[in-house]
Amino acid sequence: MEKKEIRFKINGENIVISIKPNKTLLEMIREDLKLTGTKEACDHGECGACTVLMNGVPVNSCLVLAMEAHGKEILTIEGLKQNNRLDPIQEAFIQNTGMQCGFCTPGMIMSTKALLNRNSKPSDDEIKEAIAGNLCRCTGYTKIFESIKDASSKIGGK
Amino acid sequence: MEEIYIGDYSLLGKNIPRIDAYEKVTGEAKYAADIELPGMLWCKILRSPLPHAKILNIDISRAKRLTGVKAVCTAKDFKGFRWGWMPITRDEPPLAEDKVRFYGEGVAAVAAIDEETAEEALELIKVDYEELPGVFDPEEALKEGAPVVHDYRPNNISWEFHMDFGDVEKGFKEADLVREDRFATGRVITGFLEPPAAVALWDSSGITIWAAKQSPYFVYRHLAQCFNLPLNKVRVIQPFVGGGFGGTKNDSVAGDFCSVLFSKMTGKPVKFVYKMEEVFLTCRRRHNAIIYNKMGMKKDGTITAMQSRLIADGGAYTAIGPLTMYLTGCISTLPYKLPNFKHDAYRVFTNNPVGAAMRGHGVTHTRFAAEIQMDMMAEELGLDPMEIRLKNAIEAPHVTINRVTIFSCGLKDGLLKLKDHPLWKERKKEKKGNEIISGVGISGVAYLGGARQRGHQSCAAVLRLCEDGTVEYLTGATDAGQGSDTVLTQIVAEELGLSIEHVDIHRVDTAYTPCDAGSYGSRVTALAGEAAMKAARDLKRQLADYAAKEWNVSPGDIVFKNNKVYPKHMPDKAIPFRKLAQIACYSGVGAVIIGKGYSQYGIEPYDFEKGMGNAGTAYSFTSQLTRVEVDQETGFTRCTDMIIAHDCGKPLNPGLVESQNQGAGVQGLGQAIYEEFVMDRGRTLNANLADYKMPTAVDAPNIEVIHILTDDPNVPYGAKEASEGAIVSSPPSVISAIHDATGIWFKELPVTPEKIALALREKKKE
Repeated sequence: MEKKEIRFKINGENIVISIKPNKTLLEMIREDLKLTGTKEACDHGECGACTVLMNGVPVNSCLVLAMEAHGKEILTIEGLKQNNRLDPIQEAFIQNTGMQCGFCTPGMIMSTKALLNRNSKPSDDEIKEAIAGNLCRCTGYTKIFESIKDASSKIGGK
Repeated sequence: MEEIYIGDYSLLGKNIPRIDAYEKVTGEAKYAADIELPGMLWCKILRSPLPHAKILNIDISRAKRLTGVKAVCTAKDFKGFRWGWMPITRDEPPLAEDKVRFYGEGVAAVAAIDEETAEEALELIKVDYEELPGVFDPEEALKEGAPVVHDYRPNNISWEFHMDFGDVEKGFKEADLVREDRFATGRVITGFLEPPAAVALWDSSGITIWAAKQSPYFVYRHLAQCFNLPLNKVRVIQPFVGGGFGGTKNDSVAGDFCSVLFSKMTGKPVKFVYKMEEVFLTCRRRHNAIIYNKMGMKKDGTITAMQSRLIADGGAYTAIGPLTMYLTGCISTLPYKLPNFKHDAYRVFTNNPVGAAMRGHGVTHTRFAAEIQMDMMAEELGLDPMEIRLKNAIEAPHVTINRVTIFSCGLKDGLLKLKDHPLWKERKKEKKGNEIISGVGISGVAYLGGARQRGHQSCAAVLRLCEDGTVEYLTGATDAGQGSDTVLTQIVAEELGLSIEHVDIHRVDTAYTPCDAGSYGSRVTALAGEAAMKAARDLKRQLADYAAKEWNVSPGDIVFKNNKVYPKHMPDKAIPFRKLAQIACYSGVGAVIIGKGYSQYGIEPYDFEKGMGNAGTAYSFTSQLTRVEVDQETGFTRCTDMIIAHDCGKPLNPGLVESQNQGAGVQGLGQAIYEEFVMDRGRTLNANLADYKMPTAVDAPNIEVIHILTDDPNVPYGAKEASEGAIVSSPPSVISAIHDATGIWFKELPVTPEKIALALREKKKE
């Protein structure tokens, strides 16, 4: 399959890359750009481990073709840190033990980022809804809810 | 998360943030699938489309000719190697030899320059099968004339255990009420999100493999045996692990053997990553079991005897199944007083995927049956489910009829806290709605920590002191997500009086880390923790000798605290720990300061044949309240609350212990009402995360964890297990809540909306 050139921004950096049109955004991120923080688990859009933000909207990158990134802005877990400082969401997940194995964590944090970008004071139900597509087998979600609430209060407090 | 006072410690009992949290929230943490080496090939496995068939011929010639394919292998390349838990049960080959025994079993494998080419090559392999009649139900498999899965077990009984203590017949005679019921537990998966993966490299130094394992020393031994190499030529390096929960990641998978073989054949590194569909179709799952349970009870609720007959679907190979069977019986004598007990467990071969260990191993089946039956009998006798538990609950010290010894027990304390909880006290006041009805259920269970198997048991720790006072900590124990690396580091730092950041724990690398039995059976804090404590004390003893000389005091009088060292009663003389480290390391021509320790708890013999003695070093006790709301029309059940009173002895990191309980509670909820493999003649029909329903954030209840503190002398700092108890307590408390709401007893898991709606309709007719 012939490669096609696309241009986009990822984590603030401009990228020009030739890519096979059948490649998914997830494959491009992990294999071509070597950003392995984004995880592949189910590869069918069922678990949310591969969640990244595309123009601020959370997407399952395993269901999106790389070509669709053309002209867009992508944010992955690696792009959350600003000037070597963690995002308040990352801080909150550390402080509240919002993880165990960590495999769902990048996707979970990216879904949280999208939620708090559009709604800095979400209700409990809105939090549950926002991460309903992100499976976690380890934590029973309690400490993830607590992390998100803490992040919301940190961000909202500004 | 609150701190818990468990003693005069700087770090223990405190909610120290996970030491791996930074790597995990930044995406820095590398898992096996994230590893890439130059020139790496991809390994893919061809899987059987039939559940039981003779392999007549495998033609790999076309696949071999495909451009980009570097090697193809079949069973014969493994020269008859088979692995298994015990020498006499080594019945599983890396790839099927003469016949396939389950749908999806590996029959051949390909190594190619990329994943796509490897997948394409699989389609070019031609396998001629002769389909054999299959057997898919364990009770059918026990019948005369059933298809035989393994010739060495002509009756299909893969393993059996018989335990007989006291006199059950006498016990039933003494009872006022005797009940017999048939219970069934479901076909469920561990459900880790990270599929098995590895990168293998064979070169002149032997095998190096970066593999997603929760017990890397299993694959270490398997690879040495398979490839006939000494152990020092097998190096397993442990990346971060994306969840384990027993079974698959405690064991080897076809991909491990095939990728190593391909690296040997091609000289290139070889990688495999299973697809989630392969995980669902072929990986280890919990045995589903049928439990015929008989219990005798006096009018006042005293249990006089219990007899269980368990028939478990073992699937196509033995794996760790004998231990599963042992665990279904060995602690059935907990957590309630039981004077007479008989247990017959049969693990049966079928043409289903392999049944193996999963969190709450073995115990979850029989305890579910016993808890529900006890509630049913209490109801018949007009007794309160809380009171019947309080009446029968054991208290420490206690020795069960099969010689399980209990030194600490927080069951009664937990039950009393639940009895006082508003959720329990106000459950009757709740008005039953028209459409939605609610109920509260209870359970009380025990689980073993520091589990023992036969063979190598010990955990060890090595601490290397750096001249600047930092410490490198080598352990063979694996943190698969549970947080043990954090707890073990807390232990070392606590003993040495150091801040946590001065101790650096290294993930397993079998070339350097001490051999370890594995991260299963809630054994890491208990046994690797004991080793860590002893190694730190060994290091401290060596340092104290240098310090004692400096101050001319006895080594026993040296205090290590707050990154400082000083003679007892003379804190003003304190020097930084770093200074003492330098003195010690630079003494003479330069000293090497290494602390070492290994676990010794739980070394007294136990009788594996009879089911007698301690299979663990200490026992946790968990009692649980669960509230559900049931839609009478659709049967849909929503779990709103769980209160888990967990006796983990002394929680060394209370937040992590809570998280373990919360995770296990929800995993148990999945088993109780959501999760089940839908099977058709050995084929899993819902082999994906959309159709196999694991609980999502929306399904998660509010969970309150109550720490019950006890003091057990048989574990370091009194810390017992966390989470295996809660996955055992969760299903019966959920089912008991559904009964409280509907008045119906469900005896087969999972209790799906369909089952509830149908049962409610039947009930209406009556």
